[in-house]
Amino acid sequence: MTLNAQLHLNPKLFDKDVELIAIRKGFGKGLVQAGEQDARVVALCADLTESAHVLEFKKRFPERFVELGVAEQNLASVGSGMAAMGKIPFITSYAMFSPGRNWEQIRTTIAYNNRPVKIAGSHAGVSVGPDGGTHQAIEDIAITRVIPRMIVISPCDAIEARKATVAAVSTETPVYIRLARNDTPVMTTDETPFEIGRAQIVWTSGSPKAAIIATGALLHEALLAAQELSDQNVDLTVMNLSTIKPLDVDAIVALASATPRIVTVEEHQIAGGMGSAVAECLAARHPVPMEFVGVHDRFGQSGTPKELIEYYGMGCDAIVEAVRRVLRR
Amino acid sequence: MLTEQKRLELESIANRIRESIIEMLVAAGSGHTAGPLGMADVFTVLYFHTLRHDPRNPAWDGRDRLVLSNGHICPVLYATMAHAGYFPIAELATLRKFGSRLQGHPHREFLPALETSSGPLGSGLSQAVGMAIADAMDGKTNDRKIYCLMSDGELEEGQSWEAAMLAGRNALFNLVALIDRNNIQIDGFTEDVMPLEPLADKWRAWNWHVIEIDGHDLDEIADAFQESKSIFEKPTMIIAHTIPGKGVKEFERDFHWHGKPPDREQAGMALNELRTLGGRIRSEHQ
Repeated sequence: MTLNAQLHLNPKLFDKDVELIAIRKGFGKGLVQAGEQDARVVALCADLTESAHVLEFKKRFPERFVELGVAEQNLASVGSGMAAMGKIPFITSYAMFSPGRNWEQIRTTIAYNNRPVKIAGSHAGVSVGPDGGTHQAIEDIAITRVIPRMIVISPCDAIEARKATVAAVSTETPVYIRLARNDTPVMTTDETPFEIGRAQIVWTSGSPKAAIIATGALLHEALLAAQELSDQNVDLTVMNLSTIKPLDVDAIVALASATPRIVTVEEHQIAGGMGSAVAECLAARHPVPMEFVGVHDRFGQSGTPKELIEYYGMGCDAIVEAVRRVLRR
Repeated sequence: MLTEQKRLELESIANRIRESIIEMLVAAGSGHTAGPLGMADVFTVLYFHTLRHDPRNPAWDGRDRLVLSNGHICPVLYATMAHAGYFPIAELATLRKFGSRLQGHPHREFLPALETSSGPLGSGLSQAVGMAIADAMDGKTNDRKIYCLMSDGELEEGQSWEAAMLAGRNALFNLVALIDRNNIQIDGFTEDVMPLEPLADKWRAWNWHVIEIDGHDLDEIADAFQESKSIFEKPTMIIAHTIPGKGVKEFERDFHWHGKPPDREQAGMALNELRTLGGRIRSEHQ
């Protein structure tokens, strides 16, 4: 086993008391850092300033913050207008409403217009928990990655979210950053490298026969599954695919060439998500048997994050099962 | 008030723009007729009197910004820009054709002199509000104005009112919007499809300064834009009452002309009417 030493991952990654921080919180830190580094950065929010972690930025740069009220369509297009005047706007809300409710405004006034607006969608995935299915965005990767020019990033933890937020400033394109509500394990450290569009092999054991490609906080469940299987002499490679678009095609093809069985893991609908993006790539470049861990064409519901991740078949046990299935093919 | 000489000059330009609109629509074989003809006078005053802009240097940072929200009336935008010198008038014949810079709905990547790409209704005012907020942040509210041209039908989009609220709350006096109040939309008259009245009251309620004008009276148009420059408490909304299809009697006030072009025969009739100023003078083409 093991963990890729070059990535300087959190040594307490597998401990019971691994530190838990919400991914959205990392975004809030990153936004302040981006604001300090670049005076063009402004933040817009639709009545969720505290919850979407824009409050820190608002306190630090009150003159560069705009409250829009509950108006996500306006949020997207006002962001576009500010970008037209040279600002780098971060528009923030819950993923269900932005990019959910305002998809056409994002598509036309931001992407078609080629304005570098950064869209931060919090509360993605069923792990939103008790709020229930209305607030659990599990379609957002699909609807953003289909838009030309859009960069789509789904950070695995709060630290990666901070880095992704800062990195988003220097792209000249629209970016969607997918964030989650719940406290989740911190897997990376400040020293872990991050680059938009670069996938990372986080784990390799023995001579792997299959690989897991995970995105978002479920990377931790994927690592737990890899550890459990390793104990049973099933060797695996685990990749963190935090940039879903542009896809790191070379890394994915190389992975499929080395370990021709792939399982994708994401807290999102199977249709159109990260696994679909990987399948599109491999079907054209290097077809291999694949299994998809994610939500199978259903809506979310109320519950604890743990209950919901297990109920919808995205936890460690489900991933272990999926690996066994793909190895039988 | 315009000088007599300026008024005559603008009248003549507006007429030539209307001719170009008819010519480009008949060449394109599709597109919208009523709105562009109805807005020719407003566009003429803006591009030949009100706007601070430089057609030879469209990227000049100090220019006023003009956002066309209802992108489907772009024939009048393209015709006006061509007559103002942004690109050759001959290029108008490429409207809606493959490879043309003049896309069926405006696309700023094809024609960089455009401020925005538009077409889907109800989002232009939001973009103009964003521009006005950015200028307010940067202390540039006195340097330039942000103009937004909108249709009346697109006010049925809820997003219009999201933008209206925000502009009013932020008292964006550097923002001047104008509604083409021609009372028609695709399915019929606005007051039959989805009533908008009392329209001026709605904008006043959101803290806008409202001016109602005859959208074909060049003096009233120019005066309204001038008046907006003296308002420092709130954004200005100019409700311009226009006649859809204005300038061609056969097309006027008929909502069926919203979204279709004239055929060759109708275009010939329309051009003759424009060139003879409604039969008052002889056309050199006769």
